[in-house]
Amino acid sequence: MKYALLIYSSSRAREYAASAAGVTNDGFVAYTRALQDAGLLVAAEQLTHTDTATSVRVRGEDRLVTDGPFMETKEHLLGFYLIDVPDLDTALMWAARMPIAASGTVEVRAVQTGQPWQAVLD
Amino acid sequence: MNTAGLERAFREEWTTVVAALARRLGDLQGAEDAAAEAFAAAARAWERDGVPPNPGGWLTVTAWRKAVDQLRRDRPVAIDPHVLAEVARGASEEDEDMAAGGLVDDRLGLVFACCHPALALEVRVAMTLRYVAGLTTREISAAFLLPEPTLAQRLVRAKRKIREAGIRFEVPGPDSVTERVRGVRAVVYLVFNEGYAATGGDQLVRTELCDEAIWLGQLLHRLLPADAETAGLLALMLLHHSRAAARQDPKGKPVPLADQDRSLWDQALIAEGTGVLDAAMARRAPGPYQLQAAIIAVHTQAASFEDTDWPQIAALYGELARWDPSPVIEINRAVAVGMADGPRVGLAILEPVLTSGMLAAYAPLHAAHAGLLERAGETEQAAAAWARAAEATGNEALRDELRRRRDESGGL
Repeated sequence: MKYALLIYSSSRAREYAASAAGVTNDGFVAYTRALQDAGLLVAAEQLTHTDTATSVRVRGEDRLVTDGPFMETKEHLLGFYLIDVPDLDTALMWAARMPIAASGTVEVRAVQTGQPWQAVLD
Repeated sequence: MNTAGLERAFREEWTTVVAALARRLGDLQGAEDAAAEAFAAAARAWERDGVPPNPGGWLTVTAWRKAVDQLRRDRPVAIDPHVLAEVARGASEEDEDMAAGGLVDDRLGLVFACCHPALALEVRVAMTLRYVAGLTTREISAAFLLPEPTLAQRLVRAKRKIREAGIRFEVPGPDSVTERVRGVRAVVYLVFNEGYAATGGDQLVRTELCDEAIWLGQLLHRLLPADAETAGLLALMLLHHSRAAARQDPKGKPVPLADQDRSLWDQALIAEGTGVLDAAMARRAPGPYQLQAAIIAVHTQAASFEDTDWPQIAALYGELARWDPSPVIEINRAVAVGMADGPRVGLAILEPVLTSGMLAAYAPLHAAHAGLLERAGETEQAAAAWARAAEATGNEALRDELRRRRDESGGL
């Protein structure tokens, strides 16, 4: 099954991460390599800060564009890993191994399969 | 067989069938639906042809065939690849395997799924009672004083999460099994405690929940016979429950340990609990459940409250505090030490718990404090402590008793 490991952390934690960049980067390099070597990694991305986010809604004829994220929250979505593992326990194990799990939160969500739109990708 | 026995046998068959199907389908709802069809088929076929030699096997195999039929009827897009593989293996091999019963693994798998930490604690409790113990949603909602639709909705959501989030009906791997078994024990003990010291409602003991918890404990002990703490949990529940008849007077009022009529203690349960505990302790893998069971075992050996081996109980609480340092255990240790070495010594142990304010709303703290003060001759302070205890409890039967103790202490 595929799981998204969604990484949430507060801005302060992010600044902290930047200041300790050496350590954190080393941690993420090792973590990504471990996933890659185990053959479990499908995709991974790190997002730019929510300061740079733009939100779009279409209501009737109007396209509404707003500066900022969908929701102003203390913790932001910083990025994600998409992994392919047998079950939730394995996904939780990898989520707990992520360096940021010690300060932020990793939300684990299974990926839906068998939806009509997904047939387009096959 | 009496009605209760029949009902239990039915539930046992039902949960066994559900466990076997759930593990193979990875889907509890599908397992439940197939089990319902198999039981309906049994009602017709057994009426006509008589009960088959292995009714459990018949039910499981029939349910499995119904599930396979259902999967074939469904749109192929809804079939999980691993389920397809199961089906492709051919029904006959599967049939034999299931009729013979890989029962231990199936039932354990279901237990671990229902008690998975990815489910909220109250959901784990409800799922375990529904699918491992086989209670109906009506029975569970009545026991937990919840509206039935609320509970039913919780179960539906949990089943969907198990399926969609990929929670497996398997015994966890060696790196996490210890922690997961601990979690399962905690769920069972929570059920027992809700029955033993009901936090809501007007009954002090809800025996049906205690019985279910003990049954779950027996099942778990049977499935994990080498696990000393699982045996310890079972012993603890049996020994606790042996005193059930003495804990309440005929009007439903709670009777404190000191005043209990010990002839009402159930000697058969005491013997069973002590036997399980002795075998567990012989494994030399001590833990908090075994220690708590040992404490009650010491109580059950005493002819009266005064004759109790209090130094032994105080020592066991000291040992327990090393495993699980908690203010609740300190309260109990203070009471035991108060009996062994005098109320002033007990009060000194209680002092840090009282000043921390951590358990200010915990009725047993104030009741223990009141008891020690009373024995130390501090009647006025004791009355105030009884009043705080009465205020803190949510159980009406207990509140009345605590108020009576307050009035007896004089003062107010």
